[in-house]
Amino acid sequence: MLILLSLLASFSLFSLMAVGGAVTLIPAMHSYVVESHHWMSGQEFAALFAIAQAAPGPNVLVVSLIGWKVAGLAGALVATVGMCGPSSLLCYYVTRLWQRFHGSPWRRAIERGLAPLTIGLVAGSAMLMSEAANARWTGWLLCGVVAVIAWRSRINPLWLLAGGALLGWLGWI
Amino acid sequence: MNPSLVIPTRRQLFLGFFSIGLSGFGGVLPLAHRMLVQQRRWLNEEEFTELLGLGQILPGPNIVNMSIAIGSRFHGVAGAWLAVAGLMLAPLIIVLAMAMLYDHYQSLPDVQGTLHGLASAAAGLLLAMVLRMGQKLEVHWQAVLLAMLTFVAVGVLRWPLLPVLLALGPLSVWLARRRQRSGDEPC
Repeated sequence: MLILLSLLASFSLFSLMAVGGAVTLIPAMHSYVVESHHWMSGQEFAALFAIAQAAPGPNVLVVSLIGWKVAGLAGALVATVGMCGPSSLLCYYVTRLWQRFHGSPWRRAIERGLAPLTIGLVAGSAMLMSEAANARWTGWLLCGVVAVIAWRSRINPLWLLAGGALLGWLGWI
Repeated sequence: MNPSLVIPTRRQLFLGFFSIGLSGFGGVLPLAHRMLVQQRRWLNEEEFTELLGLGQILPGPNIVNMSIAIGSRFHGVAGAWLAVAGLMLAPLIIVLAMAMLYDHYQSLPDVQGTLHGLASAAAGLLLAMVLRMGQKLEVHWQAVLLAMLTFVAVGVLRWPLLPVLLALGPLSVWLARRRQRSGDEPC
């Protein structure tokens, strides 16, 4: 019960800090569940992230998996509700006010001002996940190749994930 | 509202977001755009961009924010609930089932290997996301510096997110506003 409350409180706070989506929260979530509470290893964390990426649906589902790993189905629900609740409530009310600020220069300033922060946060997440996921040099190589292909081409990312899974299954990663 | 646009019923709202949730892999935004603007015509291009921008400014998962905004626009609180429930229900069940399978079989070497490969590729996709976002970043030393500061603070030094956001967020917005005023808007 205490764990569920902790999950709810932490993810509710994360919800309001997720500038640019759930992906930006990876370092914060990692330090919460891996470093502070030792609820899972870094490798397990990376595996959950990989499963969430390979599944259909929004990226935020990684939060549900973390909750599930920590406290089963109840944990999954609590973490998901915590992650989506506060930000959704905020969004609901802001959407109604939003039209009033149509054309306000501050709106554009907020968009422009938050963009660099989002990139910095996603870069932090990418670095952390690369370190957690890649044990061998072949892993780093795969990671780099996937990054370049996904960046330069319009290939469906699912193919890249499938390719990675296949190489891993062959024991090369 | 533009007469050629369609106002979805509650049922259509739920089913629409249900199909968005099920069909998107590694991010659902491109699909959401195609369905909402081109196929079902619930929104026009301008409204979509507007809502997307809003979803990105506000904290929280972007696509969830968009579901809230779209659902509530057509059917108030009930619409918001229906859109989010439609979006999350099936993917949540699928991803939990996948995780349970993984948990059950994770000691098998084949499964371990597969997951290692999958995790490396998933990390690669994140790196690609950074590269793509970096390309779109405003070319101004302030923007670049703020991106790097955020990265170093959260990614390298592992400082807690909240104080970093509270310090750099307002600073960055204020600098962006100053850049606008001084007129070097790249447009």
